[in-house]
Amino acid sequence: MKDQLYQYTLQLGDNAMILGHRLSELCGHGPTLETDIALTNISLDLFGQVRNYFQYAASLKGEEKSEDDLAFLRYPHQYKNVLLVEQPNTDFAHVIVRQFFFDAYHLPLLKQLCESNDEQLKAIAQKGIKEVSYHLRFSSTWMKRLGDGTEESHARMQAAVNHLWPYVGEFFMPTQEEEEMQGYGIGPDLAVLKAEYDETIRQVLAESTLVLPEIIGSQKGGKTGIHSEHMGFILADLQYMQRTYPNMNW
Amino acid sequence: MMVATSLKHIEALLRELSDPEIPVLSIMDMGVVRKVEVEGQKVQVTLTPTYSGCPAMDVMGDDIINKLKEEGFDAKVNLVLSPAWTTDWITENGRQKLEEYGIAAPLEEQADKLALLGEGRLVRCTNCGSTNTRMISQFGSTACKALFKCDDCLEPFDYFKCLK
Repeated sequence: MKDQLYQYTLQLGDNAMILGHRLSELCGHGPTLETDIALTNISLDLFGQVRNYFQYAASLKGEEKSEDDLAFLRYPHQYKNVLLVEQPNTDFAHVIVRQFFFDAYHLPLLKQLCESNDEQLKAIAQKGIKEVSYHLRFSSTWMKRLGDGTEESHARMQAAVNHLWPYVGEFFMPTQEEEEMQGYGIGPDLAVLKAEYDETIRQVLAESTLVLPEIIGSQKGGKTGIHSEHMGFILADLQYMQRTYPNMNW
Repeated sequence: MMVATSLKHIEALLRELSDPEIPVLSIMDMGVVRKVEVEGQKVQVTLTPTYSGCPAMDVMGDDIINKLKEEGFDAKVNLVLSPAWTTDWITENGRQKLEEYGIAAPLEEQADKLALLGEGRLVRCTNCGSTNTRMISQFGSTACKALFKCDDCLEPFDYFKCLK
């Protein structure tokens, strides 16, 4: 049970970390100053949550592991994040759609974790949910503004939706850890989560004048450590300092 | 008697420390200090972060340890997440300091939502006092603030977002 909880906590942290890293790549490169600041602030919120998860995971693991070991010294197949969050910042439309697809999942996830039987995950969720409800507000606003915007912005948003939607299904394919955590009342009920997710997507896409593509299956693998080619590049960037100068500190 | 005196003394010392990103606001007025326990020269300070990723928290923790060390105390800082910090814990004195510094203090939850969604002009300009203001950016210079602009005096200013 302790090991399952450890793995589950890593998965929660990894999603926030890899998305946070993707957003941090935009620091100084946002399309306008305001969106640059907004995206990096969201990144910062996610990294704060990552630290909370990894500190907890490290304490579960013992063996003198630290949050930095978990962030910087694992190999690609040991990261449990979904494929969606590792997808690149192709253009601002992709950044916003990826964010919206994630926020729409993240908020109801934390809502359920606020009722978790695990006290620490509950505390982390109660802290993070206030931040995440703000993230969803931000990404939803941009979905509508750009989807229902100009011909160009609409076309780009629709292209991003078409590209990223096949990655969403993975959220709702439970791993063994997720099933066990649900059984213990620690993790969420994915069916309830999905119902709320679908409703948010339906409402916001309708207002954004965007439609979901017909797909025959979902991309999957990230949760079990089978990642897309992007993951290696992300980690090369993210782990560089710690690998080159082991145990370095700020 | 001793204990009460040293607790007061320590609280006074903590009042001299501020959030590095909002230097006018002491950490006591900010409401991030949840508990202070004193036992002889040993002090345990319990802090709660404003936002999960607030980079100022580590600095505040170090500042507390250093400040108390100067006064001969051996301090430890303990971070707790629950109950989660809310802007309601900013003291009245703190709110006044914020306004004087040019950061509009948080509104109540409902009004905050309207202001941030652009559905109501409710945030008072810290420069001229007009409420004829609008949001420029949901995120300001730090995670806890949004950027506003006054349509009367035309000055931009920060608004400390309501967090509940």
